[in-house]
Amino acid sequence: MLELQNINYEIDGKTILKDINLVIKDHFVAITGPNGSGKSTLAKIIAGIAAPTSGRIILDGEDITDLSITERANKGISYAFQQPVRFKGLTVKDLMRLSAGKDTPYSQLCEMLNEVGLQSKNYINRSLDASLSGGELKRIEIAMIFARSSKLSLFDEPEAGIDLWSFQKLIGIFEKMVETTKGNVIIISHQERILNIADKIIYLKDGAVEQYDTRDNILPGLLDSVTKE
Amino acid sequence: MDPIQKKILHEVADLDALPVGAYNIRANGKSAARNTTANIDIITKEDKSGIDIIIKPNTVNESVHIPVIISETGLTELVYNDFYVGENSDVVIIAGCGIHNCGNGDSAHDGIHTFYVGKNAKVKYVEKHYGEGEGRGKRLMNPTTVIHLEDGAQMTMQASQIAGIDDTLRNTKAYLGSGAKLEINESVMTTGVQNAVSEFTADMNGENCSCNIVSRTVARDNSTQHFTSRLNGNNVCSGHTECDSIIMDKASVLATPELQANSTEASLIHEAAIGKIAGEQLIKLMTLGLTEAQAEEQIISGFLK
Repeated sequence: MLELQNINYEIDGKTILKDINLVIKDHFVAITGPNGSGKSTLAKIIAGIAAPTSGRIILDGEDITDLSITERANKGISYAFQQPVRFKGLTVKDLMRLSAGKDTPYSQLCEMLNEVGLQSKNYINRSLDASLSGGELKRIEIAMIFARSSKLSLFDEPEAGIDLWSFQKLIGIFEKMVETTKGNVIIISHQERILNIADKIIYLKDGAVEQYDTRDNILPGLLDSVTKE
Repeated sequence: MDPIQKKILHEVADLDALPVGAYNIRANGKSAARNTTANIDIITKEDKSGIDIIIKPNTVNESVHIPVIISETGLTELVYNDFYVGENSDVVIIAGCGIHNCGNGDSAHDGIHTFYVGKNAKVKYVEKHYGEGEGRGKRLMNPTTVIHLEDGAQMTMQASQIAGIDDTLRNTKAYLGSGAKLEINESVMTTGVQNAVSEFTADMNGENCSCNIVSRTVARDNSTQHFTSRLNGNNVCSGHTECDSIIMDKASVLATPELQANSTEASLIHEAAIGKIAGEQLIKLMTLGLTEAQAEEQIISGFLK
């Protein structure tokens, strides 16, 4: 369970997040809202990449506001970047092993890659450099979070750049993650098909939570405004 | 061989026992062990220090190890090793030099390796340099490699210097015949006040020859590096050179790729990039549970791999 208490975030005199108060208990929670509404910033604050100007972050009853990125990762927070990072020299296998734990059998790493629609034998030894397309990197990023199997997983627009790969498979992965971890999956998305599987939806606008409710209560009204953006 | 020498042998040649195939182990200026095979002969030079390695034509799937170990402080040597690789051979040559200097005198190994690679022969050449020891004496290495590739010959060279060498000047010259192919991968890390200079020159003389020189380096602390890669395209040929460096602390890196085309049919490309470790790379690895220092090590070791 994740609790955000009075989170404010300002940078260069500009307010990005305004008094965010959220209690996230459900397995699938989607964060949506217009571009520039503060969605990615909120994810970075949860992962520890950005520090809030004020407010507290509570994970399973423990105040993690002052913990580093590394400490939060070790407490069970995973974060799939919107723009995956490239590494010259580090291979898919290296990163999968760092994610899954160094003793994870090779065959299991391959299975996880297959899960995200990548033929493991064609990818496992590739370097995470410019030779991979944006879509391929995105799937590897998702596979890494899947491999970590932590209690809180944050995905920043996981569907972006994934054209041919079926949404059903992506959703299948989220479901498998929840099944094994019994934890929370938070997905930033504009995609109706992803919002459709959310237990609850958070609608952010201008840095504030405008709505936070169950999918059934929120989705019909939202779809119009999201597609308009 | 004493424990220090054994450890160095492990570092430079991954050897914990005598290798299979032909070998010549040089320790503190003398030949410590040698083996020849039916196809590979090793002969001590009579006019100067060094050996001739003669590989018969059509020798395939054989290897030669020629590691050099220096554990005496103040020992300096200049060694000439000439390799004659017969036509149609396919061999692996593993060289390497390790210096353990626990005294105050400078220890140095200058090796001049000349390769004569016959028609359609293939050579994989691996060279690893390593230094250690607590003494104030410097550990110095100046390898010179001269490569003659006859028509259709191919050579892959992997050179690495990851730790412990104070000063190094690497000089590599290559001459390529028709259809010859040369691939060089260099990885270097310097720390402290170390200085590494690498100069590569390839004369691409033959028709349809190709050359790819890739250097990856990491410069830490107050160390300095200078990388020069010169491709001379004298015929229908394709050449590519790339130098990529991670710079840290107060280090300094100079990269000077040079291309000269003397034929309208020469296609030459160079790339050079120097920069610090990207912050987002560190952050990504930290979100996987690594500390900042562990993330840095991971990025560097992957980069130099």
